[in-house]
Amino acid sequence: MTEKIAVEKKVLSENDKLAAEVRSQLMRHGVVALNLVSSPGSGKTSLLERTLAELNQELRLGLIAGDVQTENDADRLKRAGGRLVQPIVTGGLCHLDAKMITRVLPQFDLAQLDLLFIENVGNLVCPSSYDLGEDMKVVLISTTEGDDKPLKYPAMFRRAKVMVINKIDLLGTSDFDLERAKANARRINADLEIFEVSCRTGAGLRAWFDWLRGLVHGPARAVPPTMGA
Amino acid sequence: MHELSIATAIVETVLQEMQRRQLPAVSAVGVRVGALSGVVPDALEFSFQAIINGTPLAGARLAIEQVPLQGKCRNCGLDFSVQEFIFACPDCHSGQIEITRGEELEIAYLEVSS
Ligand SMILES: [Zn+2]
Repeated sequence: MTEKIAVEKKVLSENDKLAAEVRSQLMRHGVVALNLVSSPGSGKTSLLERTLAELNQELRLGLIAGDVQTENDADRLKRAGGRLVQPIVTGGLCHLDAKMITRVLPQFDLAQLDLLFIENVGNLVCPSSYDLGEDMKVVLISTTEGDDKPLKYPAMFRRAKVMVINKIDLLGTSDFDLERAKANARRINADLEIFEVSCRTGAGLRAWFDWLRGLVHGPARAVPPTMGA
Repeated sequence: MHELSIATAIVETVLQEMQRRQLPAVSAVGVRVGALSGVVPDALEFSFQAIINGTPLAGARLAIEQVPLQGKCRNCGLDFSVQEFIFACPDCHSGQIEITRGEELEIAYLEVSS
């Protein structure tokens, strides 16, 4: 004789609870947080290097850099001008989770921050399951990968709001078809915002920078008038 | 391969439930895994079996129910099953699709033998 006892609990409810706390803390301080995900080698660190170098003077940027074993990426990004770079070495783990974010968040003075980048571990599968409390996931692919990447990792492309296609200077040197890549991504997610860039030549980066400026200064993020004092 | 982390979260939750409900043993743990949950059922089962030895859950089976993707068109309201991750309405071809099933990653039930 067996009996079934209903439980009905989300497996990641602990993570989701912590992520909700992170999200409300960030929102309270008007900090926009982007969770950057990609496969290894698509150029996530290069994109961040470029972005920090461009925007560091005008926006108050913070970065949480996830790395499997080393702090190399974080060092590169510090040299690029990130004043607030906080590494997380996951010790072999394939994704960041909300608990790791809550551990490093106190290192940041959120009142002094506009935009927080979270560089996830290079992997398009595991990070898709974990909410980190971010405003949105930004998925990065490059033209040296397959243009069917969105079809292979539908969960990630469905959950992302933005896709950045890097290394467009190398188009034509492989079978990567830019239009096909975009069509594949839109099949999974019709609303995906898409940027085409080269972090090597700088092509297309201006649109990305402007979009980031808009996230911080945009009407949706305007600071509400202070109520009394 | 984050199924090990997921399996660990399942085992921790189940052990808490067993304690709370004073269940000395559990013969199966029922979980729902959506097609878009990002979890591979075989890897999850393997991980689960690998970590329950020596816990009160030893010998338990992981009963995985795979939940297919279901969507609802925001434009015309049609409910349809999403095939091959094509998120487009088969009727009006809108891409504004809300996912109604298939993202689950849930512990549904515990099975106890008596
Ligand atoms: Zn429709």
